Amino acid sequence: MLRLTRGTKVAFGVIVAIVLLFLYAPLFLVIINSFNVAPIANWPIRGFTLDWWVRAFQNEALWAAVQNSVIVAAGAMVFALILGTLAAFALQRFEFFGKHTVNLLIVLPIALPGVVTGVAFSNSFNNVLEPVGIQVGYFGMIIAHATFCIVMVFNNVFARLRRMNPSMQEASMDLGASLWQTFRLVTFPQFRTAFVAGGLLAFALSFDEIVVTIFTAPAGVETLPLWMFNQMARPNEATQVNVIATVLILLSFIPVYISQRLTRAEEEER
Amino acid sequence: MTVTASPSAPRAAQSKPLSTLLYRHRWLRLAGLLSLPLTWLVGLYIVSLVLLLVTAFWFIDPFTSKVIPGFTLENFALVFSEPAYITTSLRTLGIALAVTLLSAAFAIPLGIFMAKLASPWLRAVLAVAITLPLWAGYLVKILAMRITFTEEGFFNWLMAPFGISGPGFSILTVVLTLTYLWFPYMALPVYTAIRQIPVNLFDASADLGARGFTTIRTVVLPLLWPALLAGSVFTFSLSLGDYIVARFVGGANAQMIGSIIASNINLNPPVAAAFSVIPIAFVVIYLVVTRRTGALERM
Repeated sequence: MLRLTRGTKVAFGVIVAIVLLFLYAPLFLVIINSFNVAPIANWPIRGFTLDWWVRAFQNEALWAAVQNSVIVAAGAMVFALILGTLAAFALQRFEFFGKHTVNLLIVLPIALPGVVTGVAFSNSFNNVLEPVGIQVGYFGMIIAHATFCIVMVFNNVFARLRRMNPSMQEASMDLGASLWQTFRLVTFPQFRTAFVAGGLLAFALSFDEIVVTIFTAPAGVETLPLWMFNQMARPNEATQVNVIATVLILLSFIPVYISQRLTRAEEEER
Repeated sequence: MTVTASPSAPRAAQSKPLSTLLYRHRWLRLAGLLSLPLTWLVGLYIVSLVLLLVTAFWFIDPFTSKVIPGFTLENFALVFSEPAYITTSLRTLGIALAVTLLSAAFAIPLGIFMAKLASPWLRAVLAVAITLPLWAGYLVKILAMRITFTEEGFFNWLMAPFGISGPGFSILTVVLTLTYLWFPYMALPVYTAIRQIPVNLFDASADLGARGFTTIRTVVLPLLWPALLAGSVFTFSLSLGDYIVARFVGGANAQMIGSIIASNINLNPPVAAAFSVIPIAFVVIYLVVTRRTGALERM
């Protein structure tokens, strides 16, 4: 065992407490501020109100933004699921020249700064495609989002395929099943949880993305992060942002809960 | 799981020509799998990047301020000679480095505490507690830090009795906020790496007379390099390209490389394109180096 003096142990405990305080105190401040009477975040708070909550729920621009975010994230997720799974199979099942380059290519859109990806796409959409008469519009946002979401599905499916036993598929083929039957009945059930997890991660990543969205959203269209961004840019009106931020903080329990369930289900499967 | 195989196995070869064809030709299967992802990534993404980078060699007509295709290295010369741009680049690198070091400085003791000192129950709770903020949303966290460090805000109120005044909106707040955003990406691989160190290494170290700190320095830290490198891919490169944080909590003097790219893309696209070469170069070098060490495969 690691033998530490009592003093060192206490010091480590204090560091952990500081980390937790650092991680959670600001989030609690957001939640409390959503009930703050004052429109600015002065502390201590003088009084509480539900006013911002009521106004946020009646805000049509906000609901439209939520709707846009769901559509874009769902679209990006579908593309990412297809492309990520295909790439995972190719890289897991085959050895070929340029494999590392393909891998780098999949990671690159998430590794490069959003501002570079966003500017590159907006340059292509506005200065290359538009002059030849192709208006990507809303779809441009989905294309851009899907591009950096691929890696989420890829990573999850790839990791699962690595642990799978290939002889199951060989057995299925030997018994006369076609490639598609084998995939549907033998292969897919084995990586389904990884597929779903990757899809959820892709959805969450797209739903939360702001920088690429700034550059690829068509004029007048706001996603939820873009709505928040525009509100935060006007500090004295940023009251409803606290409400939305509070809702998002509470919603973040869902994916953590799901991922806990998935890991548990996986452990039972094994 | 029930597998309902077709009973007509002997006729399979005739009735499933596509399956047979694909089964026989390995490269056909590979091509089938790779064609769509590669078309998307190269055709849409890489082509877009190249088109952007090509603009870096173009110039702006001083009278019409329109972009004119051509070949000039002036934009790059500007990036590396204009003092304001150099300052911004160095500031950005400094911030990204500071975020990485700060994250590591907190991730190591946290990981040791979780893996070696905490009870299994506390360990599970802490693991969830570190992951949870990952999902809380990028702008939500920036907003949270802005509320915390605003002039009349919580931090200054908390520290006032000690006579300490907070950093306000400054470069320090940018570092803290970026650390706040990316810390879990450092903490999780470091914690996993510490858990994977065999217990008998600690026993051996203690038996040979090493105290706790000596063990941490000579046994734990050398084994943590891959995890630290993997974590730094996130803390460093995500900080390097960020400009939203600087915009919301940085005050007047915290411009970063991303700020210059974003503000120039409409005014002077060639300069914006020339500037985006810096983060691209850094990230690609970083990815290639970490791949060499195999750090990414452990995640």
